[in-house]
Amino acid sequence: MVDYWSMAFVFVLATFIGLGVIRRVSRLLHTPLMSLTNAISAIAVVGSLAVTGSDYPKGIRLLGAVALFASMTNIVSGFLITDRMLKMFKKE
Amino acid sequence: MSHITQLAAIIATVSFILALHWMNDPKTARRGVYAGVVGMTIAILATWIQPEIVHHGWIVIAIAAGFLVGVPLSRVPLTAVPQRTALSHAFGGLAAGLVGVAEYYLWLREGPEHFTTFRMTALVAEIILGFLTFTGSLMATGKLQEVKWIPQRPVTYPGQNLVNLGVLAGAVVLGGLIVAHPTAAWAATWFPGIVVLALLFGVLLIIPIGGADMPTVISILNAYAGLSAVAMGFVLDNRLLVTAGALDGSSGLILSIIMCRAMNRSFANVLFGAFGAAPKAQAAGEQKEWKQESVEGAAQILEQARMVVIIPGYGMAVAQAQHKAQELYEQLTRRGVMVKFAIHPVAGRMPGHMNVLLAEANVPYSALAEMDEINPEMPQADVALVVGANDVVNPAARTAKGSPIYGMPIIDADKARTVLAIKRSKNPGFAGIDNELYTKDNTWMLFGDAKSVLGDLVKQFSTSGLH
Repeated sequence: MVDYWSMAFVFVLATFIGLGVIRRVSRLLHTPLMSLTNAISAIAVVGSLAVTGSDYPKGIRLLGAVALFASMTNIVSGFLITDRMLKMFKKE
Repeated sequence: MSHITQLAAIIATVSFILALHWMNDPKTARRGVYAGVVGMTIAILATWIQPEIVHHGWIVIAIAAGFLVGVPLSRVPLTAVPQRTALSHAFGGLAAGLVGVAEYYLWLREGPEHFTTFRMTALVAEIILGFLTFTGSLMATGKLQEVKWIPQRPVTYPGQNLVNLGVLAGAVVLGGLIVAHPTAAWAATWFPGIVVLALLFGVLLIIPIGGADMPTVISILNAYAGLSAVAMGFVLDNRLLVTAGALDGSSGLILSIIMCRAMNRSFANVLFGAFGAAPKAQAAGEQKEWKQESVEGAAQILEQARMVVIIPGYGMAVAQAQHKAQELYEQLTRRGVMVKFAIHPVAGRMPGHMNVLLAEANVPYSALAEMDEINPEMPQADVALVVGANDVVNPAARTAKGSPIYGMPIIDADKARTVLAIKRSKNPGFAGIDNELYTKDNTWMLFGDAKSVLGDLVKQFSTSGLH
């Protein structure tokens, strides 16, 4: 029980940090921002990885593997396309 | 959870926060990507080396497949970035939903001690958010990609909102019952029902939404995808998922708020209002004349200007005219004309879309100005050149109380000394609203495809002796 409250606590604090940091993001960069946060939220990969690799029944591990594939796709394409877009922004 | 995973989670959280922090300036932004990659790699490796991970084959295959699909997805043309983004929201939702389902069946197998109210509530939230984000984002992807069998225009029918809310309520009530009686025999039978209802709700949610609302919808789906990751963190008791998901969720929230403000609409109105469907252009009592200008004439007007503001809209992206716009920018700048691009927050199909397209065309970002930045300067502008934008420059937003865009902040193109508007045809814009900007005394129309009109303008400067 106690642990759940500390999780909720972490969530609230992280949300406030997120709001503070994101509010300062340059408006020029809102498209790359979205692809970057997309890649970051694909941190769900650690959950999928644990489900895929643990000693569980095959059906459950298969669900994990599909989730792992989906998260990995987001990580790879998210970081790559963000960098590709950011490279294009030149001051002069 | 081991010390290594805990330490890795802290490092990853710090690097994600730094990654977003560095996005506050285009100069440092790329550093943000590297920070993100470092954090992600550490998190993945720290999880992978845990002793409970005993099967490695499928992990390697899934990761390889992720690279195989992810690399080409990162190379799409920039006009297709909104679709790609929507698709990645779909993947994010799918991952959360699937892990939720996997956990449920795992708990069912391992015994009732797993079914605490808190965890089950988080699990139901994860599944509903994950699967509705999945199908909703797929629908948005289809609409943006203009897939044939998904209607572009908003589809509405009587009682639509009631049906939609009913489906969502069904999923929530069923989820609530299963949370209350997790070990009942019927709970396991009915559990897939939550998944089905959430999937259905995602589809129904997007059907009534039109193209002009896509920037807002993509942002909202972004927030949902983040929240589903948070819920997954609660289910798996993993703080890193909670922090990263919260960062993503707050980003989606802020972008949604910016988009809604830029259209003077509320979340509820975007999701349940079916914008762009209802109001047909009224047969205006006094039909004012459009005045047409030739390319030669327009070139002369531009030549003599000191300050030109180019206002791009989604039409520019559709016509692929951003490179010609850059050439015009260069020709005019070379002649000592100050040229700025005025970007409305909802121009395009996702937040910041115009900036990326123009940056790709080599327009320096110092020439890109936000709406709030450029509006005070508009009265000093000699020429406002509207390229494929419509509703975002419609003065009706200021004056016409009955108009669906009334109250929406606009770029004050009409305050420039002269307005040149490139337009494909005389049809009204997306919202089906007449634009009085086009019939103003100081407005001159250039009819035609944005790319070819801009191309012809550029030709005037490069061939003729204009100087």
